[in-house]
Amino acid sequence: MLQKQETVIEFRDVSYSPQHRAIVSNLNFSIRRGEALILLGRSGSGKTTTMKLINRLLTPTQGEVLFDGIPTNQWDEIKLRRKIGYVIQETGLFPHFTVERNVGLIPALEGWKPKQIKTRVFELLNLVGLEPEQFAKRYPHELSGGQRQRIGVARALAADPPVLLMDEPFGALDPITRLEIQSEFRRLQQELGKTVVFVTHDIQEAFVLASRIGLMDTGRLVVLGTPEDFLGSQEPEALAFKQCLRGIASSEASFPQFSDGDSNNGKWI
Amino acid sequence: MDLSEFFLVRYAPEILQETGTHLFIVAIAVGVATLIGIPLGILITRQVRWRKPILGIANILQTIPSLALFGFLISVPVIGGIGAQTAIIALTLYSFLPIIRNTYTGITSVDPAIREAGRGMGMTDRQLLLQVEIPLALSFILAGVRVATVIAIGIATIAAAIGAGGLGVFVFRGIAMVNNQLILAGAIPAAILAILADWGISLLERRLLKKGSQATTKGF
Ligand SMILES: Nc1ncnc2c1ncn2[C@@H]1O[C@H](COP(=O)(O)OP(=O)(O)O)[C@@H](O)[C@H]1O
Ligand SMILES: [Mg+2]
Repeated sequence: MLQKQETVIEFRDVSYSPQHRAIVSNLNFSIRRGEALILLGRSGSGKTTTMKLINRLLTPTQGEVLFDGIPTNQWDEIKLRRKIGYVIQETGLFPHFTVERNVGLIPALEGWKPKQIKTRVFELLNLVGLEPEQFAKRYPHELSGGQRQRIGVARALAADPPVLLMDEPFGALDPITRLEIQSEFRRLQQELGKTVVFVTHDIQEAFVLASRIGLMDTGRLVVLGTPEDFLGSQEPEALAFKQCLRGIASSEASFPQFSDGDSNNGKWI
Repeated sequence: MDLSEFFLVRYAPEILQETGTHLFIVAIAVGVATLIGIPLGILITRQVRWRKPILGIANILQTIPSLALFGFLISVPVIGGIGAQTAIIALTLYSFLPIIRNTYTGITSVDPAIREAGRGMGMTDRQLLLQVEIPLALSFILAGVRVATVIAIGIATIAAAIGAGGLGVFVFRGIAMVNNQLILAGAIPAAILAILADWGISLLERRLLKKGSQATTKGF
């Protein structure tokens, strides 16, 4: 079969039901090269599970997930994962590694020369806005939450994987730092042209980062589309999430459609 | 009182010699138990079905009273009999539990998020074990070795009863001769040995912990 150039990841009728307990069901969607797909949903809706099906931390009990046109269970799992950067909430950094070793982890595993690794690490620290000289030798516990998140992103980018999976990476940050790092990350993502799958339960974050939003509800993907599509959706879970936007929307010039409707509460209820 | 009359001084050459024997027995036993116990502890983090039997056996071994175990081993042909060899085997068996259990606990208490991040980024199980899990579990593992050493130093005093030598020689002779000084000539150095071993290995643990920065330590 000819593989469509722009599709990087494809879910084909994927369910994951260990011990006959459905955690995600009937997922059918594709992720295109260079887009930022935000998986939005309340906790327990199956976002993390969906993400782990991509890098084969989990394998579907039904259907298949294709990466570059090949089902994940036919990939060598190490090779597959080296093509996919992975960022999770702050605990993912190795506490006994310095920032430099954390960021240089994958290049080191791939057998790069120490000098190459160091150059790459410094480049990445600059990229995520941390002064290399100042931070390279520190341990994760000597960093603030925001700095740790930046290191997490730098580590995932180190071997230049085409795809990034990010599981609520900015969840533990204060709102101001979070907004800062979100907008920086969006700029970075567009600059580097990475394909990103990003999990969040925060609708505001989804709107800052998304090319498309996939809304999950009890293991199903109930809405998939652009932020504009999302705002127009009458799906009950989408309406519930839009409720959360109310109040911040009026000051948010980037959501014109939403601001229009904001004055009319009855419109979605 | 003439200093040369003081019992610890009077018996000094003998005390030194028996301390040497004592340490030798303990070092071999704990060394062997460490070399076997750490891999077993790692094994049961990977092969869940081996966990219960291995921890169970180690548990039972440790609950056998030491004199009974020595007595039993004397009667076993080839490996048993009278002498240091039997003592070493018994002490090895006693040392397994703290070492296996602490290795297991140390590795399983590594934050699952850290392990998952490593796996998700494409580390092999071996890389994860050697670069992440063992370093983060090291203070636990050392605590197990420390506990095993202290227990072994104590139990080794009883090994004199089966002709293994060591500081217990004074204790048993002292009891037989109703000579308190002789008992103390064995008991005091044995106690000091245990305290020194505990202190020395703790120091090492703390060193490693500092190097490993954040890894929390609990253990025994
Ligand atoms: N290892 C597991 N074993 C059993 N159930 C799990 C496991 N991990 C997650 N679940 C369940 O699967 C559902 C979806 O979980 P998850 O994908 O983590 O949701 P989300 O990331 O959206 O919060 C939840 O109901 C959760 O309780
Ligand atoms: Mg989750």
